[in-house]
Amino acid sequence: MFLINCPFCGERDQSEFSSGGEAHIVRPKQPTELSDDEWAEYLFMRKNIKGIQFERWNHVHGCRKWFNVVRDTSNDKILSVYKMGEKPPVNYK
Amino acid sequence: MPNYRIHKTEYIDETKRVSFKYDGKTYFGYEGDTLASALLANGIHLVGRSFKYHRPRGIVSCGAEEPNAICQIGSKKDLTEPNVRATELELYEGLEASSQNCWPNVKFDIGGINNFISPLIPAGFYYKTFMWPKSFWKKVYEPLIRLSAGLGKSPTEPDPDIYDHKYVHYDVLVIGGGVSGIIAAKMAAKNNLKTLLVDDKKILGGSTIYQNNESIKIDDKLSSKWLKNEIQEIKKLSNLTIKTRTSIAAYHGYNFLLAKENLTDHLPEEKKKNKIRQRLWKIRAKKVVIATGSIERPLVFNNNDRPGILLSNSINKYLDYYGVTCGENIILFTNNDSAYETSISLHKKGIKNIIVDLRKSASSELIKQAESLGIKIYFNHVVTNTFGYRKINSLEIMKLSEDGNTTVGNKIRLSCDCLGMSGGWTPMVHMHTQSGGKLDFRDEDQVFLPKENSEDQISVGSCNGDFDLENIIDKTVNKINKFLDIDNQDYQDTNIICSKENDKRNIWLLPNKIPLGKTKCFIDFQNDSTAKDIKLALKEGFRSIEHVKRYTTTGMATDQGKLSNMHALGIIADTAGVKMGTLGTTTFRPPFTPLTFGTLVGRNVGKFFEVVRKTSMHEWHLENNAEFENVGQWKRPWYYPKNGENMHDAVQRESKAARDSAGILDASTLGKIDIQGTDASEFLNRVYTNAWSKLAIGKCRYGLMLNEDGMVYDDGVTTRISENHYLMTTTTGGAANVLSKLEDYLQTEWPELDVYLTSVTDHYSTASICGPNSKKILNKLFPNLDLSDENFPHMSFKEDKLKNINCRIMRISFTGELSYEINIESKYGHSLWKMCIEAGKEFNLTPYGTETMHLLRAEKGFIIVGQDTDGTMTPSDLQMDWIVSKKKYDFIGKRSLYRSDTIREDRKQLVGLLTDDPKEILEEGAQIVSDVKSKPIDMLGHVTSSYFSPNLNKSIALAVVRSGKTMKGQKLIIPMENKNINVTVSDTIFLDKENKRLNA
Ligand SMILES: [Zn+2]
Repeated sequence: MFLINCPFCGERDQSEFSSGGEAHIVRPKQPTELSDDEWAEYLFMRKNIKGIQFERWNHVHGCRKWFNVVRDTSNDKILSVYKMGEKPPVNYK
Repeated sequence: MPNYRIHKTEYIDETKRVSFKYDGKTYFGYEGDTLASALLANGIHLVGRSFKYHRPRGIVSCGAEEPNAICQIGSKKDLTEPNVRATELELYEGLEASSQNCWPNVKFDIGGINNFISPLIPAGFYYKTFMWPKSFWKKVYEPLIRLSAGLGKSPTEPDPDIYDHKYVHYDVLVIGGGVSGIIAAKMAAKNNLKTLLVDDKKILGGSTIYQNNESIKIDDKLSSKWLKNEIQEIKKLSNLTIKTRTSIAAYHGYNFLLAKENLTDHLPEEKKKNKIRQRLWKIRAKKVVIATGSIERPLVFNNNDRPGILLSNSINKYLDYYGVTCGENIILFTNNDSAYETSISLHKKGIKNIIVDLRKSASSELIKQAESLGIKIYFNHVVTNTFGYRKINSLEIMKLSEDGNTTVGNKIRLSCDCLGMSGGWTPMVHMHTQSGGKLDFRDEDQVFLPKENSEDQISVGSCNGDFDLENIIDKTVNKINKFLDIDNQDYQDTNIICSKENDKRNIWLLPNKIPLGKTKCFIDFQNDSTAKDIKLALKEGFRSIEHVKRYTTTGMATDQGKLSNMHALGIIADTAGVKMGTLGTTTFRPPFTPLTFGTLVGRNVGKFFEVVRKTSMHEWHLENNAEFENVGQWKRPWYYPKNGENMHDAVQRESKAARDSAGILDASTLGKIDIQGTDASEFLNRVYTNAWSKLAIGKCRYGLMLNEDGMVYDDGVTTRISENHYLMTTTTGGAANVLSKLEDYLQTEWPELDVYLTSVTDHYSTASICGPNSKKILNKLFPNLDLSDENFPHMSFKEDKLKNINCRIMRISFTGELSYEINIESKYGHSLWKMCIEAGKEFNLTPYGTETMHLLRAEKGFIIVGQDTDGTMTPSDLQMDWIVSKKKYDFIGKRSLYRSDTIREDRKQLVGLLTDDPKEILEEGAQIVSDVKSKPIDMLGHVTSSYFSPNLNKSIALAVVRSGKTMKGQKLIIPMENKNINVTVSDTIFLDKENKRLNA
């Protein structure tokens, strides 16, 4: 079970959080301009990689804030956490 | 009665005699015994029958790895417990245990016949044979297998015991209280690290604590004596917590571990009462030291499973720890030095024994000692067969060929009443691998060892493959200093003398002149799989260890193959001609030993199983005989039966009263979200399908919320309280998810919006009064409020006071009647409700529950999200196109409403259904078809809501039907088990299509 370092509250048990899937997927500004395929790309397609992955987490049983996590899915180590709107750390691309 | 307790030890208190029952017969043991040691002291080896062949089986080990001595404890319906290892169960006064898997009894049983037909039960037998004929499986094979297998009985009544959970944080956790664990714990604690030491046994000390060989000494003392001093010392350390009878069940990521502490299992019945039985420890440790030791390997030879055949080191422990000898004429069969310790110990206590060693020759301090005591040793010999049905009485040995592949020379028959076997030692790497650690293979003695890969955990002692005491202590001290980054000098000058093992020889499957097909060389005792089974699986093309394991069931019993996995791997490697290290192992899954459900659940049973949410009016509902329904965590009144009414009658009465005069509903559970901020209107525009900017202050509007995929997610009425302040209501069950979803969009997609969301569900209680007389009741409660349609029209909101307490009153309707919802601060909810009831008395104001609410709204064709929708319904599917704004540029889910799939005309769509027989009530969930003759029958949809309407005096239903929108008036069929019900597709609105009643 992870220990997650909420950028607002500090280290807490994983049971306080919920995972929100892949990070940095931006909702299209003009959905009506998109083809079915382009919209489906936004709506359905998510990465599931072995290795370094950028994820959204919500401190749902705590401060209720959403934030981003860099996690190595091969060993579950969380390498970095950062707030929404902040750029992902460059050393993990 | 025979007595095999031949000498006194400090661990058995002979002043405290304990009586217990085993298989219905009374025996005696002493405080300090396990059930296994007490049975052995009484000369009992036979403890069960094997799973497949029903062969007699005896106690094999003295610990968690025990495959045979599995018993059922107690016989009470609520307290009986199966699969308990007799080798771990501490004896207590009044213990009742029975052997498992041996109906009708252990000495004679029907299943024994399988032993004679065993050539017919090869690996995969169950898969192969019982496949055909198919109908036989349920009626013949399965009941037979279950009857003869009988691996214990589950309790049939709730567990009356108390269990507990505890969360703890430590700097260092040490798993295992043997010599290396004790050293590690002492070093950590003395260096100011908060340390927890756990051990599954009653006392610390591991196998060193009963060690008494003169050739193994620390600081000139017997190693056991030295260790006792160490234990005394660590008990004084203030920042060290020691938990005995505590076993680690699972090692999860981030050094999160679960441990089970046994608190009362060793106590007599009367002392167990009202105490916590077991506690689950949830441990977070910065660093973990694994010192879990190793377990002895059996040897694989023909008939290696008879009662009286034990692991050699277990014989030693029964002797030196419990004072019990496992026989009077013992043979030890070994491939390493450790059996010599057992031999010498037996010899010193006057027990005759000889050694059969498969090594060509060997020399060490221990061997010299044995030789000088005159113990007979057969080097380069193997056991080829054993004899004796209920207990071993003799065996045959033969000389090994030069290459070890076959036997040569004459058979030598030796008599014995006990055989100890030692095939070397397997490090317990379970914890290391559970934590994610990888393994290396050491060819020299064929062991898997932890590969160090983490700063957070380390393995020390024999679980790390260090087997002699000098090695163990030196390496532990060095590693712990480095691991904890400390400089502890306590063991700098410790002087260790021990015997060094110089010679190794391992043969996984021992050679025999008898063809393998005719032998019984057991690998997994509990699941009865043999070397022959493994070879057969390979012959049939299985290659992966995971496949061989499942096909032969090796390692899949309750002991999880602690004694068998290595041999299975070894035989596969030998047969396939590959290196064992390249094969890998099967996965080591938690728990290490079985856990009780009670431990996992802890205190969360009965009324603590789940959070229960009650409204402020709950007491009134109870007093007035309500039946309750669970909606999410809420308890909602379902209906209020009067004078012994059943549910149908109560609902018919409530529904009729609500439309004829007045009804009242506790609507407090609806989700309420307070929305404030200068962008609140814009926010609502984006989350609902309809437009919100133009909603006037003091007005209410119904909204439909979609997921981004275009499917209906939630609905409810939202009220504009002031310019930048709205109150949103959600469905009862969806409240938390809606808030999360809205927060998600606000924080991640639209952080520029000035909007604040607060859940106020619990802040307000809501009484909803509907019906033609509702206005008169409101007038009594709020005499100063102008209730005229001009001042207070449908879909609007007013504030007023009830005895000086502020109320928010919405004129909104979920029943189609004239209707008001009164919201008040929750602490006044109960009073509000009572005042409403009082005011409504003269109008027959009738409290109604969720069932009547559902019926009333169905008469009006209003949907319930989650009942009439299932996450695959668009607004158009629900015939609610009217609520989707064409003008708005964007809202959540808009783009999905014209995806190629969502615009299909043949989607399932919401319709009304009327049964041809108006008295016939459809079953919710029933399938809908148009033709019952064509096969397969084409399923068109299903019934989502169905009621008998007292107001219409006929049955009504809502359903989703393929292309339903175009089917009005069409006949369809609901095929049920015994009949087909004819229905006609209708409009979804059954009552008051013109909405006249809203202003009645
Ligand atoms: Zn937080």
